[in-house]
Formats: sequence, C-alpha cells, structure tokens
Amino acid sequence: MTPILAAENLGRVLPGEVPVTLVQDVTLEIGRGEFVAIMGPSGSGKSSLLYLLGLLDTPTSGRVWLDGRDTSSFGEDELAATRLEKLGFVFQFHFLLAEFTVLDNVLLPMRRLGARSEAAARQRAADLLHQFGLGDQGRKRPHQLSGGQRQRVAIARALANDPPVVLADEPTGNLDSRAAANVRQILHDLTRDLGKTVIAVTHDPTFASVADRRIGIVDGLIAPDWRA
Amino acid sequence: MPIQFAIAVTHLVSRKRPTLVSLVGIALGVAFFLAVSSLMRGSERDFIKRLVDNSPHLTVYDEYRTPQPQPAVLRWPAGAVELRRVKPLREVRGIRGHAQKLAFIESLPGLRAAPVLAGSVVLTFAGRSEGVTLSGIVPAKMKGVSTIEDKMTRGSLDALAANPNGLIIGEGLAKKFGLSMGGVVNTVSPAGEPRALKVVGIFRTGNANYDETQTFALLKRVQGLLDRPDRVNRFILQFDDPYVARETASLIEARIGYKAVSWLEASEDLMSVLLVRNLIMYSVVSAILVVAAFGIYNTLSTIVMEKVHDIAILKSMGFHARDIRRIFLAEGVLLGLVGSLLGLGLGLGLMALLVQVEIKPPGATDIVHLPIYWGYDQYLLALGFAMTSAVVAAVLPARKAARVQPVAILRGMG
Repeated sequence: MTPILAAENLGRVLPGEVPVTLVQDVTLEIGRGEFVAIMGPSGSGKSSLLYLLGLLDTPTSGRVWLDGRDTSSFGEDELAATRLEKLGFVFQFHFLLAEFTVLDNVLLPMRRLGARSEAAARQRAADLLHQFGLGDQGRKRPHQLSGGQRQRVAIARALANDPPVVLADEPTGNLDSRAAANVRQILHDLTRDLGKTVIAVTHDPTFASVADRRIGIVDGLIAPDWRA
Repeated sequence: MPIQFAIAVTHLVSRKRPTLVSLVGIALGVAFFLAVSSLMRGSERDFIKRLVDNSPHLTVYDEYRTPQPQPAVLRWPAGAVELRRVKPLREVRGIRGHAQKLAFIESLPGLRAAPVLAGSVVLTFAGRSEGVTLSGIVPAKMKGVSTIEDKMTRGSLDALAANPNGLIIGEGLAKKFGLSMGGVVNTVSPAGEPRALKVVGIFRTGNANYDETQTFALLKRVQGLLDRPDRVNRFILQFDDPYVARETASLIEARIGYKAVSWLEASEDLMSVLLVRNLIMYSVVSAILVVAAFGIYNTLSTIVMEKVHDIAILKSMGFHARDIRRIFLAEGVLLGLVGSLLGLGLGLGLMALLVQVEIKPPGATDIVHLPIYWGYDQYLLALGFAMTSAVVAAVLPARKAARVQPVAILRGMG
C-alpha cells in the first residue's frame, strides 16, 4: 500500500546573509491510519518539517508525496486546494476566528470547499462538535470556552472536510494535564476509529508513548536514537 | 452568502469605530459632493434657462451653410473650364415649400415650431421714425415656442390674433414714441405697401435693446407689408429638453437643407466656459472623496495587521491568496457602498435645506431661492467617484493580506 505521506530528501533553508538550515535531507514514509509523534528539542526543526509535510511551506530541496502524488509541481492554488481537501491543521494556539461562533468556525472549511450543501455542512459541524463533547457550545464565541474546549473545536474544524491527514503542532502544549489527556485521546481515536493519519509535533512524553511511531529531529536531521 | 463576503462583513461589524469613521468620511464626501454639485449645476441651468428661454432653442434660417453648387458644376463635374462671375439666380428670399417643411419638423417628437417672417420696417408716429425688426407670427404657434406671452405687460397674443392690423411692441419703444395701447403707428417697408397698425400689446423682457427694436404682427400682414406673399424666412423651435436641440438641428439640416442653428451652437463659447467650470468643480469635490478614501485605507490596513493570524489560519486551512484578496476588496466595496448610500441620504437632505434658502439679490424686489439641480447623473457620478476611491483604497491592504505567508506567522507564534 502506498504511504499516505512521504518525504524524499526534504530540505528547507531560510535564505539570507547567513542562511539558516531548518530541515535537511529528511526521508520518511507515513502509512494510512498511523499515529506519528515528531519529537526533538526546541528549535530542532520539528515544526518546520510539519509545515513542509503539510504543504504550508515549500521545500528548498527534495519533495513531498501526498497520497501517491508528487506535490513539488503544484502551484499556489493547487497547494491551497490540496490543503483544503486532504489536510487538517491543529496548532498550539487554537487560532479560531474570534468574531465567528464555534459552529461557524467549524463550518469555514466546508463553506470554502462548497462540496456540501449549507444544511449538510451545518449537520456535519454539529455532529463533529457533539462527537467532541461540545454539542451545546456551537453558538458561543471562542473566548467563552476553556483552552481544552477551544482545542477540541480546532480539531473539529481540521476534520470538517474529512481529510485523510491531520497535522498537529504542539496540540497540547498550552493545555493543563487533564485537557491535554483529553485532546491526546481524541487524536488517538481519530487514527483508530476513523482511520485518519495523525502527525503531531510534541514535547509531551506521554504523547510519544501512545504514538505508533516516534520520529526524533535534531538540528533539522532525523535522529533515530533521540529520546526526550 | 459566499464565505469570503461573510468574513468581510464580520471584520467590519466587529470593528465598529474605525468602520464608522470610514463610513462617515465617505458619507460626508458624497454629501458635500452632491450639495456643491447640485448648487453649481443648478446655477448653471438657471443661467442657461435665462439664456435659452429668451431666444429660440433652434432657428431654421432661409440660408444654406455652404453655397449651392452652380448648375454647370452639377452637369459637368469633371469639366476643365471654369466660368467666372457667375451669379446665383435671383430669387425671392425665404424658405421654399415652408408648409411641408414645417409639417415635417412638427412631426418630430418633443418640440414645437412656429413660422416667422422677419424683416426691417420703419415705424412712424407723430413725426418720429424708428427702424425696427418686425416679425410676422402665427399667435397660436408662437405661444408654444416663445416666452413673449409671459412678458406681456399689457394686451396679449390673442388680441393680435383677433385684430389683423394689430401690433405688439416693447415697452422701450412705447416710451420712445409715447405710445400706449390702442395707438396707431404707420409702418413702411422698402418693398411693400405702407400700413397703419394698432398697438394691441406691450411687452417687457428686461433686455433694453430687445424692448426697443423688436415688434410683432400677424404673419399674413407682414407678408403683405414686405411684399413677400406666402413666404416665411425662419422657423423657430422650442424643445421640451433644450439639450436635444443640437442633434435635432443636424437632423433637420440634413433633411430640409436649410441652415438650422441650435442655441448650443449659437452660444458655444459660453458652453465651453461652463464645461470648464464643471470640470474644476468636480475635481475639487472629488478631492474630498480621495481624502475619505484614506480613511478606508487606514481602516483596512489596521484590520490586515490585526487579523494577520486569521489570515494565516485561513490560508493554512486552504483559502487561496485570491480569497483573502477578495475579502479585503469586499470590505472596501462595502464601506464605499454603505458610505455612499448614507452620503446620498445626507446629500439629499442638504439639498433640501439649500433649496429653502431665500436670497434677495441687490436691486431686485423678488425673493429668489437657490437654484438646485436634482438630476440623477450627479448621484451616479458621486457614487462612481466614491466607489472608485474605496476600491482603490482597498487594493493595497488586500494585496498585502493576500501575500501573508502563513508559515512566517506560525513560526512567530510557535
């Protein structure tokens, strides 16, 4: 079976007077339904690798394969369209749109894609919120929720267009331990129950322990023997 | 509602103060634009009305714009011999076949026409003689094309219609001669029979020269006096909309051949002065809108800066750069549109106030109101200027927003 996501000699150098190497020569394959933790010390290039895998950033060398397709030839629009359909993001800070209700935030990607009717999209958004224990919070604004709740809304939003891959950047980094455990469990369940691939950058050792695979990154390189 | 538009509306609604300030800027701009425009255009039209209504909108003369070609030239267009000293055939001056031509002109919509035979005569009364222009008119038709009826201080055009030997003169001439209603004047022309005409009406236009030199009698009588039976030498036309006179003039000229001069052609120099005046006025009032556009630019730039994280998340979610651009352009359009509509209301209010202003010009006895033009073209112009300024003001912030690199923002946060 082809891997859902693969990186081939992936490298990213920030240009400038003194070029900064963020990621170098990363080659990896991630299978469908895998729960992968990317770990490493601060500033090691974990997040940069995640942005490259998530097609948010363009590599300076190497290429990313998503669902068997080489994305290196994609233009801006095709990258955006791919992110919309195939990838969902969860960040350390929830990044919900403050002026929109929780429900509208979850609706955003569906409204942009336009594949579902408004009624169907609303139903799906409500179902997702319900699934994450936020069934009665849809009409609230993000600032009225707790940090853990907001992160769950962010996960619901990432799942809105039913993408095969969810990328999470320190999803529990800003949460207390109970909320963190909850979010961790939800991400874990996504791989088990829905067959999603979840790739999470994390500092959280507990997170690493439930992951199917841990990838260590040090100085932008894969470090197979790295331990938190 | 497309999601981009929904986001645009939300941005504006959630930032009430800057949005309100931008709207007030555009609204005031549009309102002042309308107030100034309506005043300037109103006074211009008032001026033109005075200019136009005291003279015909269009006059068809018994002349040709270019000399008629000689028969020999028509017969042998390629002839090598040139005949010198050829004189045009002598003819009785006047519009040929005037009845059919008048019928054609009257068949055109939106105008009234009257035949006139004008010529020079000498009036003699109590030993004094005065050369004047005597116009032979058909009173019923003249009422439709001239304001002379309104200028009558005594008598009327109907009195002329009733009296074949009637004469209408200006107040200036009446004073000169010491004539009053019912006075009989002797009228002589170089060609025809002398006649005694009786004053049945006196008019006062306020133009001293006109009041001293213009006189009116029945067409039939003047044809006899000038010995030009069944002739008229001009048609004078009045339009419902004076501004179509120019096109109708060329239409008539093409159809009947005689020279047709519209008031626009006759006062071209004045019209170009008015055009320049309007250009200056509109440049000044649009400058207000340009200033207002800076308000929109400011508001949108602030929103882009504040919302840079939202833009990053939208882009990471899969929104295209052009979606983001559309969001901010839509905000510019919305501010422009709502501002213009508010300004339209405010402007109409200002105009309604201005029209109530009463002024008493020096030397005049009547109180006059400020002339206000209510034409819809200036609303469209104001709307056009406001919308253009708003969209132009939105272009830069929109471009900046579209260029936000989500990774750069996310790195800053992580």
